[in-house]
Amino acid sequence: METILSVNHLTKKFGYLTAVEDLSFEINKGNVYGILGPNGSGKSTTLGIVLNVVNKSQGSFSWFDGKLSTHEALKKVGAIIERPNFYPYMTALQNLRLVCKIKEVPEDKIQEKLELVGLWDRRNSTFKTYSLGMKQRLAIASALLNDPEILILDEPTNGLDPQGIHQIREIIKKVASMGTTILLASHLLDEVEKVCTHVVILRKGKKIYSGEVDGMLTSFGYFELKSNEQEKLFAFLESHESFGTIKEDRGLLTVYLEEEMDAAELNTLLYKQGIVLSHLVKRKESLEEQFLTITKN
Amino acid sequence: MKRLLQIEFIKLWNSRSSRILILAYFILLTSIALVAAIKFDIGPIQFHLAEQGIFNFPYIWHFNSFIIAFFKLFLAIVIVSMMANEYSNKTIKQNLIDGLSKKEFILSKFLTVLTFAVVSTLFVFVVSLILGLIYSDYNELPIILSDLEFLLAYFVKLVGFFSFCLFLGMLVKRSAFALGFLILWQVFEMISWGFLRWKFFDEPTTETIMGFFPLNAMFNLIEEPFSRLNAVQSVAKQVGETLVLDYQVKGYEILIVLAWTLIFIYGSYALLKKRDL
Repeated sequence: METILSVNHLTKKFGYLTAVEDLSFEINKGNVYGILGPNGSGKSTTLGIVLNVVNKSQGSFSWFDGKLSTHEALKKVGAIIERPNFYPYMTALQNLRLVCKIKEVPEDKIQEKLELVGLWDRRNSTFKTYSLGMKQRLAIASALLNDPEILILDEPTNGLDPQGIHQIREIIKKVASMGTTILLASHLLDEVEKVCTHVVILRKGKKIYSGEVDGMLTSFGYFELKSNEQEKLFAFLESHESFGTIKEDRGLLTVYLEEEMDAAELNTLLYKQGIVLSHLVKRKESLEEQFLTITKN
Repeated sequence: MKRLLQIEFIKLWNSRSSRILILAYFILLTSIALVAAIKFDIGPIQFHLAEQGIFNFPYIWHFNSFIIAFFKLFLAIVIVSMMANEYSNKTIKQNLIDGLSKKEFILSKFLTVLTFAVVSTLFVFVVSLILGLIYSDYNELPIILSDLEFLLAYFVKLVGFFSFCLFLGMLVKRSAFALGFLILWQVFEMISWGFLRWKFFDEPTTETIMGFFPLNAMFNLIEEPFSRLNAVQSVAKQVGETLVLDYQVKGYEILIVLAWTLIFIYGSYALLKKRDL
């Protein structure tokens, strides 16, 4: 698989504060990555380092297997970090022309990208007259001008109203469906859960997990069960070695699995024991539950 | 190089205030020609400035390059703010993320400054040439082409001064404060002069030492041209003073200013490299 970005033992210190500590991960082509972490966990700093605006203290990173210098590589990257930054006195069109010059790409994509984010009609308004949502969308259009190999977004929905959030998410999904690699930093879990295939989780500058979203916890999920013969059910589950913790809440049993088992298998097993279920659901922990479990300790 | 200049041109020309200031600057450069129109005609006293010899070749190169150099303050505002605004709009960050290297960023600013200096010098050359051709008493080609080193000095003076402005914009990050700092620095150099002269050295030594300070070095490039005027000379003679004239452009003074230019540009680069944005 083609490596787009690899980060090796990266460390950043601001005076006494260590914002990023010994961080390593890899971004491969075609996946959608999320960098998760509470506020102040070093997400933006990490992105700032690989984007050439923050100096690293130790460690290294390389774009595209080190075949390109950082600023050459950045021409193939689209990135938005924090607030959208453009020249306030220039129109959307003028701003994008400038970006084309910097990235050394032809200007013929401007219309297509402005239409994608729904700003073509406002192309001749100066940037300072835009609302925050429009600014953010212009930033996305600008990041897409070079049809980037990877799109990096840092908290893209921060500070937007629900409508704006929805618009941005739709755009991200659209871009992801076109096969663009995406790296999304966020503390909003449902955002990451909806679009990402892989996650890197940071806490206080340290990586505590990186890999596929599904593999975050070595858990096999849990069952929610209900039966008319609750005691019998409880006793059976407790005696069986496949099950771990059992919780009861208003007549609903929540049973955590210790090993792989699907719903049909359990149903057959219980039926053979003469227990008839009135309710059977198999669930996986949501990203939020997993995230809270992982960042707790 | 063309790309870097285009980038900077888009940024400058689309800003109304920069555009107005740049235009005003070049109009002012041309307005030096208006000096020719100064004419008093009050009964017995007749005075026509153009006939006092200020437009004679080669003196005109000296006179105009000295006077016009004061207008550089207009461009100083543009240059300081083109650097400082990149910080206040945070566009410097976006430029770097978009794939401009830090070296290219500084280079694009420096190239713009060079362009300003080149265009200004050409302006001074053309305006002076025209004025000279109209009013000068001497029109022989060798005379016209002599003393052109004043234009070189003018060019170096502008490059040095504008580089200083760039550096201040980079250092202070706010245009108003950077301009304030520039004025403060001028005052500092004046006080240093007074202090050195008063406490430590005699006049020539003080001059030599102060010659290494950036603004003083830039000012020294072109000596004041007034004492060369016939009128001034004859007045001096009448009061029994002989003015010692040493108005040549000196090579080491150019070197000092070029050294400062290098320090300022490299300093800006070093600052940008070191800073976390």
